[in-house]
Amino acid sequence: MNAFLATVRRDLLLALRRKSEVLTAVFFFVIVTSLFPLGIGPEPVLLKKIAPGILWVAALLATLLGLPRLFSADHVDGTLEQMALSPSPLGLLVAGKILAHWLLCGLPLVLLAPVLGLQFDLDASTLGILTLALLLGTPLLSLIGAIGAALTLGVRGGGVLLALLVLPLYIPALIFGAGAVEAHSAGLGAGGHLSLLAAMLALAGFFAPWATTAALRVALE
Amino acid sequence: MTARKLLRAGFGHNWTMLNVSGLACSRGERRLFTDVGFSLDPGEWLHVQGENGAGKTSLMRLLVGLSPADAGEIRWRDEPTPSAEFRRDLIYLGHHAAVKEDLTPLENLLLAAALDGVGLDEGTALAALVRLGLRGREDLPVRVLSAGQKRRVLLARLLTRPALIWVLDEAFNALDVAAVRQLGDLIAEHLAAGGMAVLTSHQPLPVPGGKTLVL
Repeated sequence: MNAFLATVRRDLLLALRRKSEVLTAVFFFVIVTSLFPLGIGPEPVLLKKIAPGILWVAALLATLLGLPRLFSADHVDGTLEQMALSPSPLGLLVAGKILAHWLLCGLPLVLLAPVLGLQFDLDASTLGILTLALLLGTPLLSLIGAIGAALTLGVRGGGVLLALLVLPLYIPALIFGAGAVEAHSAGLGAGGHLSLLAAMLALAGFFAPWATTAALRVALE
Repeated sequence: MTARKLLRAGFGHNWTMLNVSGLACSRGERRLFTDVGFSLDPGEWLHVQGENGAGKTSLMRLLVGLSPADAGEIRWRDEPTPSAEFRRDLIYLGHHAAVKEDLTPLENLLLAAALDGVGLDEGTALAALVRLGLRGREDLPVRVLSAGQKRRVLLARLLTRPALIWVLDEAFNALDVAAVRQLGDLIAEHLAAGGMAVLTSHQPLPVPGGKTLVL
């Protein structure tokens, strides 16, 4: 467990020394979500309708931006090799890296979503549901993305391949995440969608670190 | 914890600590080596020699368990590797710097130890850096250090992480004369304490004795 926390601390410390890499994803999210209201113009009904979809797609792409770096830096300088040979289980270290990725690339999006949602004229309760859905959904994006990042590690042009591999897997999260907000706006209640998101998160939380570890071992060969 | 303490766990046995037999490796279509075998007991070391491309690094990676062998068996404490016990007893330093450029040497050592689940206090880490000639460099980011100094940061792990077997791939590269002698001393001390080492190098090594394996 100490090794897990040490990995999180290490990756946060490294991100702190290189702030630009983290800020890129966050600025991307802010700018993309702000471009839509500017482009579409002041039509509150339309904006309200498209808001959940836009915020979710932007969150998805912002998460994707940070993914290639998840393992590549450690792979290039050889620290990943050391992790694979460490007495601590590699799965635990990988889980720590995924959590650090979410804290850096996912959590800021969750915190910014209510502010950015205001541009789309969403009311307070809808903003609450949107934030809650993102809180459940963004860790799921990090977990699924880590598998893709590990599979494409060391492949030339891996960034594009990663997007092609991971984006289709993000579809369920997108459908239920954006669906939760729409269901709430339609007065149906978001409970069902959020429960499904939580179930997917639990499943991915269990299997993704394991699958990522297996893919990393192959990449290191 | 020194090598001697780690060794005590396997005291009173009648098998060799490390036993490698019938190892074969190929890269693509090309056979690098077949039927490589050797054994090591406490206090012994092996010098792996061979021309460029003979498969020295491949053998090292096979030995530590980073890549699978085509054939053969590696047994550590009479158990097939990779086992949790082997990973606990092993330090592998390869071609890579394996240090984080944005962190200081001290942070690198402390975080590497934390990741390995090994307790390490700041005083011990500092003493290791001083011993390797990095006094006054411990708070600079590694990225401003020279290639040889980066290598020394990595080698400091030999002092901060207790291990029984050191697998060092071209560890003497980029080191100056003083550092080569220092690393030789470190290895000799490690062997005297009952440790084992597998080294590759093109140069004659400043470590007495040892077995030789030519690929």
